[in-house]
Amino acid sequence: MKTSRVPAMTMWLTLVFFYLPIAVLVLDSFNASRFAGTWGGFSFRWYARLWREQEIWHALRNSMLVGVAATVVSTVLGTSAAFALHRYRTRLQAAHYALIYTPLVVPEILMGMSLLILFVSLRVQLGLFTVFLAHVTFCLSYVTMVVLARLQDFDYSIIEAAMDLGADWRQALWRVLIPLLAPGIMAGALLAFTLSIDDFVTTFFVAGAGATTLPIRVYSMIKHGATPLINALSTLLLALTFLVVWTAQRLIRDNSGRAVPGGGERR
Amino acid sequence: MSEFLEFENVSKSFGAIRAVDGVSFSVKRGEFFSLLGPSGCGKTTLLRIVAGFEQPDAGRVRLDGQDLTDLPPHQRPVNTVFQSYALFPHLSVRENIAFGLRVAGRPRREIREEVDKMLRLIRMEDQAHKKPAQISGGQKQRVAVARALINRPRVLLLDEPLAALDLKLRQHMLLELDLIHDEVGITFLYVTHDQTEAMSVSDRIAVMNGGRVEQIGTPTEVYEAPRSSFVAAFIGDTNFFDGVVTALEDHDYCRLSIQGLPDVLCYNDKQNQPGDPVHLIVRPEKFRISPEPPPADPRRNTLEGVVEDVIYMGNHTRYWVRLDGHRLAVFQQHRRFMLDEKPIRWNDRVWLSWDANDGYMLERYNVSDERLVQRPPDVLTTTKST
Ligand SMILES: Nc1ncnc2c1ncn2[C@@H]1O[C@H](COP(=O)(O)OP(=O)(O)OP(=O)(O)O)[C@@H](O)[C@H]1O
Ligand SMILES: [Mg+2]
Repeated sequence: MKTSRVPAMTMWLTLVFFYLPIAVLVLDSFNASRFAGTWGGFSFRWYARLWREQEIWHALRNSMLVGVAATVVSTVLGTSAAFALHRYRTRLQAAHYALIYTPLVVPEILMGMSLLILFVSLRVQLGLFTVFLAHVTFCLSYVTMVVLARLQDFDYSIIEAAMDLGADWRQALWRVLIPLLAPGIMAGALLAFTLSIDDFVTTFFVAGAGATTLPIRVYSMIKHGATPLINALSTLLLALTFLVVWTAQRLIRDNSGRAVPGGGERR
Repeated sequence: MSEFLEFENVSKSFGAIRAVDGVSFSVKRGEFFSLLGPSGCGKTTLLRIVAGFEQPDAGRVRLDGQDLTDLPPHQRPVNTVFQSYALFPHLSVRENIAFGLRVAGRPRREIREEVDKMLRLIRMEDQAHKKPAQISGGQKQRVAVARALINRPRVLLLDEPLAALDLKLRQHMLLELDLIHDEVGITFLYVTHDQTEAMSVSDRIAVMNGGRVEQIGTPTEVYEAPRSSFVAAFIGDTNFFDGVVTALEDHDYCRLSIQGLPDVLCYNDKQNQPGDPVHLIVRPEKFRISPEPPPADPRRNTLEGVVEDVIYMGNHTRYWVRLDGHRLAVFQQHRRFMLDEKPIRWNDRVWLSWDANDGYMLERYNVSDERLVQRPPDVLTTTKST
């Protein structure tokens, strides 16, 4: 049988296009030589250096703190917002939708600046807290959109069925609504976490002196030319990301008998 | 018998639409009661008012004397079988059925026993571990019934529970529902727009139209003695005649003058007086059709017409017969071996006759209801002269 080679070719080209830079980066993180391009032998040298680099770990800790907090808060708020948008199609909710949607299309630099101006004029001390607030503002929109997409094919009579069988709204929420929306909520939370962890522009505006997050730290390191360290750090983060996404997908599949976020129902 | 579920002047509007319009009636304990009507007549809305998902604008709903109107859904002793089943997709069949007992916080052992009982009732013991996506439509329907019955509701509400099934399965599930009704002895309030469904299992039927109840009665009552042209046309096929009473006969009968036809004798249960306008219906199966004039009988009305269409249906034949300004539907049961009979064909001259007791006079008539009557495509130009 003769099959076209075009699909396979396209796939390989895409993969190369996407993953070649990453492969180079991973490879380089094990390069004993300080200069990319010359292979000085395999070594964990940069990982060892990274281990001793206090400022990076401090920045990572900040990022994690902000990331987790922003994820939790924006997931709760975003899910409620999505539910309100789905359930009540009033004119108020139409405005609500527009307002939630806007941050997705507004240039980030504008968001950052306006938040900075707001914080300064309210005399809020810049720091991790302001970074957290800023992250919630944009994560919220993404979570809402993801959960809303999940709600589109949600049959509300299922909630009515729960109430009909004697569940009060709290039981309906925990036994039916949340388990059913879990894939969407998880996907939203994951997205929020990733967005928060690698946000640079907005954070750059609203972070105070002591509130350096990882991306900002990395940026200033590059300015001082410490690339091999960053390669090692990126490789670690990459591994972590894969692990998290993989576990999340497994969890989602096992709990609900449904496939990965966005996928249809398994038959 | 006791009034069990009572509706008192219940109304509900959505914007300008009066979905339920001043409905009052009551359902008896243990009854299989159907709400029958065309799409959009307010059946679902009325059912949702009982379940507590809609709040009526006016009126009360009482169950065994207790006023339900202001109770939230989860505090009402009624349960619903939803049209789309609304099974919980993340729970197994067993967990779906157990849901009501689980939220009520009943002990595990009791829940297991009760669920086992239900699984036996719906004969799905071996499917208990499956998720709703893995079972067939008929099985989903049975799970939905079991899930609603496990709380031992005082009334089971069913909203077109068979609508999503194909015809064969629908008939089978209908019988099964009827058996379950007999077995559990719970009052069923059953919504459907399918008249054969309602006729075959209900103790009584409420025929609804435009948010109002047109008539309540046993299947035989609503079929044989429809109060309005709507009920007559919605349930089964029928023929309408409008006429005027010309004379009373033998106390119980009256003679009608109908345009284009010879005078007709009719049982006068409405005590109509000469001069009163009446609307008469004759069901298609009440006619006797013959190629020769029937023997004279003072109690039978005879009309002469021309066959316009013949549809052989195996156990019966449908004819369309044209008379002056009228086009009548006629069903003839085949009691004899048909190949031995001389067949009635297109354009044959025929005689129709019916007993004076077999016509029925309507209380209310609305010309637009005639649209509900199924007719074959018109061969000639007009169906009825004005
Ligand atoms: N939530 C709602 N908002 C606005 N209008 C509604 C709503 N629910 C029902 N209606 C309207 O009320 C009327 C009655 O609706 P209902 O669902 O009770 O009809 P039904 O008899 O169940 O019809 P069907 O056989 O199609 O299910 C319809 O005109 C419908 O459009
Ligand atoms: Mg309906």
